[in-house]
Amino acid sequence: MKIFKYIGKRLLQTIPLLIIVSLISFFIIRLSPVDPLAELRLNPSISQETLDKEIKRLQLDKPIIVQYCYWAKSFVKGDLGYTSAGEKVSVKLKERIPNTLLLTLVVIFMTWSVGIPLGIAAAYKKESFFDRLLTIFASVGMAIPSFFFAILMLIFAVKTGFFPVGGLTSYNFNDMNFFHKVFDIAKHLALPSLVLFTISLSGLQRQMRANMLDVMDSEYIKFARAKGVSEWKIIFKHALRNAVNPMITLLGFEFAGLLSGAALTEYVFQYPGLGRLILEAVMKSDINLVMASLMIGTIMLIAGNLIADILLMITDPRIRR
Amino acid sequence: MEFINKIYKDKFAFTAFLVLLFLYLIILFADFISPYSNHYSNRNMSYAPPSKIYTINENGKISRPYTYNYIREYEPNLMQTIYKQDRSVKYYIKPFVKGEKYKFLGIIPCDRHLFGVSDGGMLYILGTDINGRDVFSRLLFGGRISMTIGFLSLFIVFPIGLLYGGISGYFGGILDNIMMRFAEAVMAIPSFYLLIILAAILPSGMTSVQRFCLIIVILALIGWAGFARVIRGMVLSIKNEEFVQAAKTMGASNLRIITKHILPQTTSYVIIALTLSVPSYILAESGLSFLGLGIQQPDASWGNMLKEAQEFTNILYRPWLLTPGGLIFIAVLSFNILGDAIRDFLDPKSKIR
Repeated sequence: MKIFKYIGKRLLQTIPLLIIVSLISFFIIRLSPVDPLAELRLNPSISQETLDKEIKRLQLDKPIIVQYCYWAKSFVKGDLGYTSAGEKVSVKLKERIPNTLLLTLVVIFMTWSVGIPLGIAAAYKKESFFDRLLTIFASVGMAIPSFFFAILMLIFAVKTGFFPVGGLTSYNFNDMNFFHKVFDIAKHLALPSLVLFTISLSGLQRQMRANMLDVMDSEYIKFARAKGVSEWKIIFKHALRNAVNPMITLLGFEFAGLLSGAALTEYVFQYPGLGRLILEAVMKSDINLVMASLMIGTIMLIAGNLIADILLMITDPRIRR
Repeated sequence: MEFINKIYKDKFAFTAFLVLLFLYLIILFADFISPYSNHYSNRNMSYAPPSKIYTINENGKISRPYTYNYIREYEPNLMQTIYKQDRSVKYYIKPFVKGEKYKFLGIIPCDRHLFGVSDGGMLYILGTDINGRDVFSRLLFGGRISMTIGFLSLFIVFPIGLLYGGISGYFGGILDNIMMRFAEAVMAIPSFYLLIILAAILPSGMTSVQRFCLIIVILALIGWAGFARVIRGMVLSIKNEEFVQAAKTMGASNLRIITKHILPQTTSYVIIALTLSVPSYILAESGLSFLGLGIQQPDASWGNMLKEAQEFTNILYRPWLLTPGGLIFIAVLSFNILGDAIRDFLDPKSKIR
C-alpha cells in the first residue's frame, strides 16, 4: 500500500516539472526567427485543409502566452501536429520510440551484467594488476568520443562485412520467419549497442568498485569477518546488497545519459531512433517535430528516474519508512 | 608546492600534465609551427595523401630529409583520380623557411615557419582535406578552439552556478523551492537534445567570433544546473556554522555573507569539478561541430574536421582525416587523469572514481 502512495506522490511531483520543461522548451523554440509553418506552406503536397488546421492549432497571431496554452492543450490531447513532410508527428514518434527504448534497454542490460561483476572483482582485488588494467580501460572508455568510436566501428563493419550498416532491419525483413527476424535485429543492434556499452561501462564499473570499497570498509563487514563468515558469503550476501543500492539511483541518470549519448551514435549508424529523429528535425527546422520529441525525451527521462526510485524502494527497506 | 610534488610523483598524472602542456604550447604557437596558415587551400590537391618523407636517398645513403610533390592524375581504368609522386625534383625539408605571413602571438609580424620546404614544394604531413587544406596545420589551429572552448564555458558556468546555488541554499524556503524546481527542469531535458536545439536556433550569417562566443554560452546553459544543485547542498550545511552566525550579528549583508563567507568554503569542490568537467565540454563541442551545428567552416575545430569522416569513402580510403579524433581522445584522457589526481589530493576521502 505504502508503495502505491509513494508512487502517486512521485507522479504528482512530475507534473509541475513537466510544465516548467515545456515552458522552457516552448520559449526557446519560439526564440528562433523561423516561421513554424514556412515548410508546410511551401510543400505542395500539403492540402490547404491541413494548413488551416495547423494555423488554428498553433494560434500564431495571438500573444505567446496564449500560444503556449493552446499548444499545451493540444499536446495533452495527443494532437502533436504535422511534420514539414506532412506526416503526423504522433505516428512518426510511435515508430521511433520503441527503437530507442530497445537500444537503451539492451545497453543497460549489457552494462549492468558486465559492469557490476567487474566492479566487484576490481574492489575485491584492489590495486592488483587486474584492477590497474580495468582502471586503464575505464579511462580509455571515458575519453573516447562516442561518435568517433562509432566511426571506427563503421570501418570495422565495412571491412569485415559481417555486420550490416545502418537501419534496424534488412530489406527482406518481412519475408523472414520469427527466428531470422530476431537474429536480423540483433545483428543491426550489435554495433550501436557495443559503442554505447563501451562508453557507459567504464563509469558504472568505477562506481561499483567505489561503492564496494566503501561497504567493505564498514563495521558490519569487519564483524562478519571476525565471526568467521567465508569471504564469498561476505561479498555476495552482506556487501553486495548494500553496495548495489546507490547504483539503482544511478540507473535513472544512466538512462538520461544514454538518451543523449545515443543521439550521436544513432546518427552515425543511421539507426532509426528518437535521437536521430530530433537531429534531423532540428536540421530541417521542423518545429512541431522538435517540440514533440523534446517533450517525449524529457518524459522518458523522468520516467526512467521514477522507475529507478521505485526499484530502490523495493530493494532498500530504509526508504520505505 | 606540496601539490606540485604530489603530481610530479604520480607517473600518470605527470605524463598527463606534460601532454596537456605540450598541446597548449603547440596551439599557442600554431602560426609558427604549422607550415601553412589556417585558410591556405590548394584547390588542385584535394584529398592528397600524407607526404612521404625520406631520409635515405636513391644511392642508399643517409641524406637530409626530403619529400616529393604529388601530381594528380585521372586513371581511366579505375575511374578515379589518383596521386602519384613526381620523382624528378627533391624538396628538402628545412627549418625556419619563409612562408605565408602571419603575426607571431598576434602581435609581431613574421613570415618564418618552424619547418617547411622551399618554393614549389608541398609538404602535407597529414595529407589534405576536400578543399586541399593541410590537415596538420588545421589540427593545430582547430586545437585553439577545441581546447579553449571548455575553459571559457566554465568561466560562465561557475559564477552562475555558485551564485544560483548560493542564493538558493542560503535563503531557503519558497525561493529555494522555486529556484531548485527550475534547475531540475533544466536537468530533466536530455542535455544533448537541448544542446542541438539551442545551437540550431542561432541565426545564420554571424561572424565566426560571434558564433564562437554563442557556442560557449550555449554549452554553459547546459551545465550550470547540476553544478548549482551541488553548491546549494553544500551551502545548506555551511550556513549554520558559527562563523556565518558571527558575520550576521556583525551586520554583514546577505550578499556579502554568501560571497565572502560561504562560497569560499566550497573552493576545493569547485576546483575538482572544474578539472573534471573540462573534458565533457570538449566532447560536447566536438559532437556539436561534428553535426555541423557548432563551429562552422572555414574555421577549424577538431569536431568539424571530423565531419568529413561521415562519408564512407573518406573513412576507408583517407584515414588521415580521422586524426582529430585521436587528438580529442588524448586531450580528454589527459584531463581526466589530471583531474583524478587533483581530486585525490584535495579530497582524499572521496571514493568516487
